[in-house]
Amino acid sequence: MEGAMQTETKIRAESGIESGPRGPGCSLRNFACEQNLLSRPDGSASFLQGVAEKSRERLIRNTCEAVVLGALHPRTSITVVLQVVSDAGSLLACCLNAACMALVDAGVPMRALFCGVTCALDSDGTLLLDPTAKQEKEARAVLTFALDSVEQKLLMSTTKGLYSDAELQQCLAAAQAASQHVFRFYRESLQRRYSKS
Amino acid sequence: MAEAAAVVAESLAGYRARAARAVLEQVVLPGEELLLPEQEDEEGPGGTGGRPLRLNAGARSRGRVVCGPGLRRCGDRLLVTKCGRLRHKEPGSGNGGGIYWVDSQQKRYVPVKGDHVIGIVTAKSGDIFKVDVGGSEPASLSYLSFEGATKRNRPNVQVGDLIYGQFVVANKDMEPEMVCIDSCGRANGMGVIGQDGLLFKVTLGLIRRLLAPDCEILQEVGKLYPLEIVFGMNGRIWVKAKTIQQTLILANILEACEHMTADQRKQIFSRLAES
Repeated sequence: MEGAMQTETKIRAESGIESGPRGPGCSLRNFACEQNLLSRPDGSASFLQGVAEKSRERLIRNTCEAVVLGALHPRTSITVVLQVVSDAGSLLACCLNAACMALVDAGVPMRALFCGVTCALDSDGTLLLDPTAKQEKEARAVLTFALDSVEQKLLMSTTKGLYSDAELQQCLAAAQAASQHVFRFYRESLQRRYSKS
Repeated sequence: MAEAAAVVAESLAGYRARAARAVLEQVVLPGEELLLPEQEDEEGPGGTGGRPLRLNAGARSRGRVVCGPGLRRCGDRLLVTKCGRLRHKEPGSGNGGGIYWVDSQQKRYVPVKGDHVIGIVTAKSGDIFKVDVGGSEPASLSYLSFEGATKRNRPNVQVGDLIYGQFVVANKDMEPEMVCIDSCGRANGMGVIGQDGLLFKVTLGLIRRLLAPDCEILQEVGKLYPLEIVFGMNGRIWVKAKTIQQTLILANILEACEHMTADQRKQIFSRLAES
């Protein structure tokens, strides 16, 4: 009986995503709901409004999974909690950097460090690295890359807006150069921490 | 010219493989690759760092190098997986290239075979106690693993008791198992920890520092008050002094030792010794 209720709700939720209440005159974003997902509490529900929040978490998780040596910790869950203190633009890149530092601080074994870099392309085609919130809003395209520390390989990329193939390569090259600065900052910051002991 | 190039490469934070011996006692980051002494000789002047050939190159021991915590073998090199200072210990006797490891500051304990830890009994099911040691799984402790325990003579262990024991099985694939006797069947200090006292948590690095031979902190603490103290490699310390106030003072000092320099510590100890 309970099983049947769950699937029914799931089907309704899934169709909710597809059809979406974005009809004329409706200004709400897509939302989806799932009920009774946890068995222990008396009731539980998950409500997602807007797709952006879920995908940002998924992007950070995929980047971490590519770098963390999970094989050394089977049957173990590693949870990363990110709390936004202030958002001045380039939020996803900042989240990636914070997640990397937190994993290093916790002593989780990793095969490399990673960092996030955001690029914005404005209407003239000028490349802006690490844009502010205002620059991001006015940009034609915003691209965020996650790069690893060993060979500056691309771990994750997410883009929004219009850009050409050549512009993508340009942004990636600029991000790879910028990531060197971030890794140098990581190194200095960790050396300072270990020099105290 | 080679040195200038090497400096530029370094400043770009590029991770070309470096010789392990050149990086000893320095902070290493995850993702760096280290060359062992054997590879270093083979690479020679045409290799990664333009290192000159040494005249006594043949005199080094070419035994097996042990790869300790924070390092993993990656092909014929060592890959650093944790951030910390790279350390090396020469082999005491016989052949062997010694052991390399990364001394990292960490709060989370991962069970290792042979470690002595302080655990809290959380459940008693049949013949097994479940003991929380701070890892991802509770360890199991059989009631027969105490000195002088037999099927008729069971040890007096209740839920909530503190246990000092060592791991006999601890790997990533199985539930950790601990015992309170050594290989000869003697307790050797292990078993249930007595009443009263205070259990508190510190980082794993501090425990290793306190347990190192000739630790100054311990000698100074010993001169302050008479005390009983038990160190668990899982970051837990149990301390007991004559009065509750002294116990709390000792706990606060040990927790603060993490961040204090030697001078600040001496000041605090002298101030306490006066009062």
